[in-house]
Amino acid sequence: MANALELRNVGKSFGSVIALQGVSIEVEEGAVTCILGDNGAGKSTLIKILSGVHKPSSGEFIVAGAPADYDSPRDALDAGIATVFQDLATIPLMSIWRNFFIGNEMTKGWGPFQRLDVASMKAIAKQQLLAMGIDLRDVNQAIGTLSGGERQAVAIARAEYFGAKVLILDEPTSALGVRQSGIVLKYLLKAKERGVAVIFITHNPSHAFLVGDRFFLLNRGQLLNRFERDNVQLEELTKAMAGGRDLETLTEEIQAVRDRG
Amino acid sequence: MSNVTDERVKRASVFTKVLSMPEVGAFLGAIAIFILFTNRDTTGNFAGLGGLAGWSDIASTIGMVGIAVSLLMIAGEFDLSSGVMVGSVGLLIGLLVTKLNMNIWLAIVIGMAFAGGIGFLNGWLVIKTKLPSFIVTLATFFVLKGANLAYTMMVTGAVRVTGVDAAPGYQSAFNLFALPIQVGKFQIQMSVFWWIGFTIVGTWVLTRTKFGNWIYASGGDANAARNAGVPVARTKISLFVTTALTAGFVGVIDVLRLQGMQAGQGIGNEFFYIIAAAVGGTLLTGGAGSAIGASIGAVIMGMAYIGIPYSQWDSNWTSTFLGLILFTAVLVNTYIGRKARGGKR
Repeated sequence: MANALELRNVGKSFGSVIALQGVSIEVEEGAVTCILGDNGAGKSTLIKILSGVHKPSSGEFIVAGAPADYDSPRDALDAGIATVFQDLATIPLMSIWRNFFIGNEMTKGWGPFQRLDVASMKAIAKQQLLAMGIDLRDVNQAIGTLSGGERQAVAIARAEYFGAKVLILDEPTSALGVRQSGIVLKYLLKAKERGVAVIFITHNPSHAFLVGDRFFLLNRGQLLNRFERDNVQLEELTKAMAGGRDLETLTEEIQAVRDRG
Repeated sequence: MSNVTDERVKRASVFTKVLSMPEVGAFLGAIAIFILFTNRDTTGNFAGLGGLAGWSDIASTIGMVGIAVSLLMIAGEFDLSSGVMVGSVGLLIGLLVTKLNMNIWLAIVIGMAFAGGIGFLNGWLVIKTKLPSFIVTLATFFVLKGANLAYTMMVTGAVRVTGVDAAPGYQSAFNLFALPIQVGKFQIQMSVFWWIGFTIVGTWVLTRTKFGNWIYASGGDANAARNAGVPVARTKISLFVTTALTAGFVGVIDVLRLQGMQAGQGIGNEFFYIIAAAVGGTLLTGGAGSAIGASIGAVIMGMAYIGIPYSQWDSNWTSTFLGLILFTAVLVNTYIGRKARGGKR
């Protein structure tokens, strides 16, 4: 499969703070690329570069084989890179179909008689959600009445429908329970099956391991490690993510505290 | 695979659907108040054409601006300068025609341009400074309130402008904006028909246009809306302009009908507009509401203003009555809204 996007030796600094340094990743079409890292590892900065919020300070950002230079999230969106933010994905009080088409409303008629094509939008929203396995009887209900997992799913379906070739999911499972997380992971795989390049950003190695094809580990703004699906186990991933030796030290320290008590 | 939702998506009953409409609480309230005053009425006119002519007159000018304020509130912003703007535009038109002998149509255009400019300034300041619109428009309110009085005093030497009816073009403008329509023994004000038009346009814009979708989105969650490509700043500024223009329009109607303007005209009305919007089911935190709800809210206020004297109650208590209605209506709206949405807001 071809690379949907690549970062080559990318760095980003804000004033004297270096947020990212020498990061190179390749994201394949029809695969799930996981980016793992603890808090402060540089995940947010990486997302912001990929989604067009920030420009890299150094290195190359390549989309579909050509250098990319985005001034805004809208540019990235137009290039087919859609980002589903953890909690900024949907508007709770608005209906499901309105949420689905927000910013991309379908209209009919012209001039002052231009109006929303409500019937088509409802039908498409229903059908697209059904294709993802979400069967809603009523797309008129407020999206706030859906569970967190389903709301993420609506956001994913929406991104796909509007032509996302690269789908960035920012911590989609971090606020969800086990079952809801499972639902989101399932939709994520559905998107992959349709040939979308999925970038799954998480600090949960178990979730990443369930769906990932390739794993990049970030730590303190640098790429610590990379694994392919075939040559990694969950234990290894978890350990690598927690910083290997750091975790062992931490375990010993905790044990020491417990022994004292 | 596809049965994941069955456990969480219950079929919403028709009853629940009706109750979850934002204007339904106001509608039930309007019926209750209509019944109350019909029973208490001592003139025998309240339920008839006479009562209608009275309350629709009051409701129309509150309703027109109330709708604009409602749209603005749905987008998550306030405009406290909407009341004083009625006076500012009326006074400006009055001064232009009486002191400069200007044609009233030209004066109306200048008055509306002034309103639009102030509305734009309100919106632009809110967006640029990121200060709460409550503060920005409160400042505008006081600036205009002072200016209305000081400038009128300075130019006319009194607290009012009079003699607008002598202006060239007055009759044609009066006919379009302020002519009462004779129905039987009673007169229905022209403003009532404009108000009905505003209600239809407001509802259309809100529920059937892109812009309406953007209004809900901007107030529901500005960040999410921005991420989805909604021009939030442009939407909000447009609504500040619309609100000021609508208030200016009521100023035009007032100055034509009264043939002059008091310097204090309109002050305090901003609360009537907010009450109409809130009683009509518009959420003070933004994201939900309707145009028709604001109109029903205005009807309730109109009925109270007419019904209280018809019932021979002491009309000094009118504000108290409105305060209680506001509280009850918002409480009931919130309660049934929460019920209908299944515990979540």
